[in-house]
Amino acid sequence: MQALAPAQREAILRVVAANRTRPGALIEILHGVQAELGYVPPAAVPVLAQELNLSRAEVHGVVTFYHYFRHHAPGQQIIRVCQAEACQSMGAEALTEHVKKTLGIGFHETTPDGRFTLEPVYCLGNCACSPALMRNEDLCGRVTPKRFDELLAEWKRGE
Amino acid sequence: MSTPIDIFVPRDSSALSLGAEAVASAIANEAKKRNIDVRIIRNGSRGMYWLEPLVEVATPSGRVAYGPVTPKDVAGLFDAGFHTGGKHALGHGITDELQFLKSQQRLTFQRVGIVDPVSVQDYVANGGYQGLKAALGMSQADIVQAVLDSGLRGRGGAAFPTGIKWKTVLDQNTPQKYVTCNADEGDSGTFADRMLMEGDPLTLIEGMTIAGIAVGATQGYIYLRCEYPHAYQVLKEAIAAAYQAGYLGPSVLGSGRRFDLEVRLGAGAYVCGEETSMLESLEGKRGEIRVRPPLPAIKGLFGQPTIVNNVITFASVPIILARGAAFYRDFGVGKSRGTLPIQLAGNLKQGGLVERAFGLTLKELLYDYGGGSATGRPIRTVQIGGPLGAYVPASQFDVVMGYEELSAIGALLGHGGIVAFDDTVDMAKMARYAMEFCAIESCGKCTPCRIGSTRGVEVMDRIIAGVDTEHNLKLLEDLCETMLQGSLCGLGGMTPFPVTSALKHFGEDFRNRARH
Repeated sequence: MQALAPAQREAILRVVAANRTRPGALIEILHGVQAELGYVPPAAVPVLAQELNLSRAEVHGVVTFYHYFRHHAPGQQIIRVCQAEACQSMGAEALTEHVKKTLGIGFHETTPDGRFTLEPVYCLGNCACSPALMRNEDLCGRVTPKRFDELLAEWKRGE
Repeated sequence: MSTPIDIFVPRDSSALSLGAEAVASAIANEAKKRNIDVRIIRNGSRGMYWLEPLVEVATPSGRVAYGPVTPKDVAGLFDAGFHTGGKHALGHGITDELQFLKSQQRLTFQRVGIVDPVSVQDYVANGGYQGLKAALGMSQADIVQAVLDSGLRGRGGAAFPTGIKWKTVLDQNTPQKYVTCNADEGDSGTFADRMLMEGDPLTLIEGMTIAGIAVGATQGYIYLRCEYPHAYQVLKEAIAAAYQAGYLGPSVLGSGRRFDLEVRLGAGAYVCGEETSMLESLEGKRGEIRVRPPLPAIKGLFGQPTIVNNVITFASVPIILARGAAFYRDFGVGKSRGTLPIQLAGNLKQGGLVERAFGLTLKELLYDYGGGSATGRPIRTVQIGGPLGAYVPASQFDVVMGYEELSAIGALLGHGGIVAFDDTVDMAKMARYAMEFCAIESCGKCTPCRIGSTRGVEVMDRIIAGVDTEHNLKLLEDLCETMLQGSLCGLGGMTPFPVTSALKHFGEDFRNRARH
């Protein structure tokens, strides 16, 4: 397990301090940690356990239960492609193949240049504008493979 | 200086996903360039997603609609005088006169797309907080009775009578109770919760406040899925505005009664849409389901009596209190009272939100509102009620969209989402997907769900490969029976619905796979 960098440790303690008095705040704290660091480093688990008076198993159990929490540092931009039924009915499968081929990676992988991480997602609530994907927190609708190429060019320019 | 012209550009996620933000900036820039005084209001969506981004301009004869607008259309729109309602190729005339909207009966969604979602002033000017004001003048038992009399049933999917749930919580004699809103809208094909939270969040806030007053709960939580960052933002702004105006806090509207409200984010677990799993998650734990009894109404969040209702359920409460139980109950058919916000999704020409009294047929929704498939091919099947809902074949499209009516054909209404598929769909693949989704999302607590779904994927893989088909179909049916009877909650217990309905109505897709 890679040790926490001092700045990471500080960020984690800051998030804990801001949420400590809220009842049942572990998930909120994990959101805070991921927002600060981009992921929840495994080495954060004992720190959180100590601070919140929980067992390491309890914290580990929560971190690993939820799909949203990442255990590795992601790329600079995260692309999540919807795999659910409404998007499937409008060609999500072909879009997913296209995205994987274009980026040269599969789900839960990051491009070698560290720019993009690809993840599946199950419904973005954009089901009347399928197929959908989300880049960081930007939602995109009616994404054909051609539209994806345009978006990707924009994202690359905007870096 | 003249009064600015009001121009509405939605901040609804779907509108944003089609470029609404860029359209709003283009309009602001173009207006400045032409020295035209405009005020851009970021409203919710009207629910006509094929027209998004839908820009509306306020004129003396009503709002005029233009859409779908892209930034490069903006200069031309100004040239055509759209800011005074001028004619343009993208123009659709008065928004309220559009057939899709005009024929609806919007009670819960009456203000969505109309108001500025984070303005308490706008909300009150459009009839908001009438329900809360009425409730504050009533006894707790009378508020609960009104909800009971309205016939409102849980709109999240389980359709349990809301008033009974509230009465159970009211009857508990404990100092701390909670009101929790299940906004973990994870079903594919559903977006009504999101639209309401982004377009008129104060209706939800008002409904939850009424619930708190009714049962004596002082703390509310909205459990929102993290896939909805825009809804999160709007909710936070609306809650802050409600506190600011005295509608939340230590003394709601000076009544001396406290109600506090906060939003908590989920973290991408579908099972947390199940109420007990949601409560575990709100407590900061793994979202594993609890064995019932005890019911959440008796022992819920942090072990205290807790109301758990869906967004649309809470959002239907203000109008019931404002207009009376009878007003609401007079809409609908049979035991399905009031109105139902239906979401048209997937392969449809005109996707969007239709709120009507119960009683419409599926066919009317798919063709009159939905305009048929987007691809122009025949609609072969629809899935109603999310990934745990049954597939309904075209031969049953005459079914009435009510709880009991759908149940009679082995389907369920769920949260009212309809996903249409054209005739290119491979139903064996959809059955496999249902099992795969359950395997990914199972909380792992009970074996039929955790292991059954994984075995289900394997069996479907063999069927799709054409291996020993009849034997594997028998195995699949056995497995579905075990999951149906033996699972602790709806995830494992209902995954068989899409699988067996696909097999029952589209057996040809499962057999003779060599030909596929």
